[in-house]
Amino acid sequence: MCQPLGGTTIRRGSLIMQITVIVNGAVHTSEVEPRTLLVHYVRETLGLTGTNIGCDTSSCGACSLHLNGEAVKSCTILAVQADGQDITTIEGMAAADGTMHPMQQAFMENHALQCGYCTPGMVMAASSLLKENPDPTEREVRLGLEGNLCRCTGYHNIVQAVLAAATNGANR
Amino acid sequence: MIPAAFDYVRAESAEQAISLIGQYGDDAKFLAGGHSLLPLMKLRLAQPTVLVDIGRLADLSYIRDAGDHIAIGALTRHMDVETSSVLAEHVPLLANAASNVGDPQVRHRGTIGGSIAHSDPASDLPATTLALGATYVAQGPNGTREIAAKDFFLGFLTTALAADELLTEIRVPKITGAGWSFQKFNRRAQDWAIVGVAAWRLNGASGVGLVNMGSTPILAASVSAALASGAGVAEAAELAAAESEPQSDLNASPEYRVHLAKVLVRRALEEASK
Repeated sequence: MCQPLGGTTIRRGSLIMQITVIVNGAVHTSEVEPRTLLVHYVRETLGLTGTNIGCDTSSCGACSLHLNGEAVKSCTILAVQADGQDITTIEGMAAADGTMHPMQQAFMENHALQCGYCTPGMVMAASSLLKENPDPTEREVRLGLEGNLCRCTGYHNIVQAVLAAATNGANR
Repeated sequence: MIPAAFDYVRAESAEQAISLIGQYGDDAKFLAGGHSLLPLMKLRLAQPTVLVDIGRLADLSYIRDAGDHIAIGALTRHMDVETSSVLAEHVPLLANAASNVGDPQVRHRGTIGGSIAHSDPASDLPATTLALGATYVAQGPNGTREIAAKDFFLGFLTTALAADELLTEIRVPKITGAGWSFQKFNRRAQDWAIVGVAAWRLNGASGVGLVNMGSTPILAASVSAALASGAGVAEAAELAAAESEPQSDLNASPEYRVHLAKVLVRRALEEASK
């Protein structure tokens, strides 16, 4: 559990906390400042840089990952809030033998990326969407990806990919 | 952007959270889903020195049929409000309003109690629960008290909650079978409402709440009074902004907001009158 190290607080904000999280199936125990954002923890402490930082204001969705199976924006969550929780990043989506997740496969087959910067967040948001709504309409896909911006404006193929993935087993 | 440094304590119970807030004083803040507070802290518009995390208090996350009203735990997430079958039957207006908050990722984290306690006039749920005549339950060191929504919002981001009180429950009267509408006017997906309207009508009674029409969420009581005395929808909607003092910002002048409020209230009442 989340425990202050070294006993009593000397001054406010000097505290270092110990957290334990499961990331892509592996247990990590780390020391973090309470103000450490989950996206910085994942990228800088764990070195999982597939999760991108875009707007840093919970608008763009580039930092989306799964917290207990649901897409969240990791720029607006503290690492200490994730203590004891289960996290999946884009690095955890493919199978151990390298087989892509059906959503990743659908993005590739439908050319659902241009520059690729939004893609990890799109894949995480889209796979979370299909867990909640396994057979969405096109409109439901667009609403479901409301929180993810593609500055190349390549939305058409992204929506096509999610619809293809829904019929292709990504909603399991 | 990284918040200013703070200490963090995770509360194991509502009582402990209230005791901790009392102990740390004015510089401490409750942290629920964090989707109002953390953005402010990242911009350093808020710099609490202690966060008391209430996010794990699972016994404050529920939606229950309580007879004449629905009782909603303050830590119930927007996604759970949006998808609640109890609310779909008895207060679909609230479920629909919750589905308009932010985007799915935000709704996975943000809580109804956090939104109401933060009391941003541009937020959807404060105005909606105000329109519904909700009662908020606050727990403090000396027990609980009920605060009517119409007495709760005192000013910009300012509520009737004392510094050591925790919002624990939102009680929403049932409007089973009512006509209702939620109108949100914005220019881009996931944006805040430039103006929003939550409205319901049932057996001659009605409620109309306005989003982003002043420094607090606004109850458009003149509209309901006009409807009760027999005015038509178009006539009543002309009174939409009678209680409002809208601000000017990047998106809209006060005059434009008043115009929008009249149009959106008319549309909302037309939909709620079907």
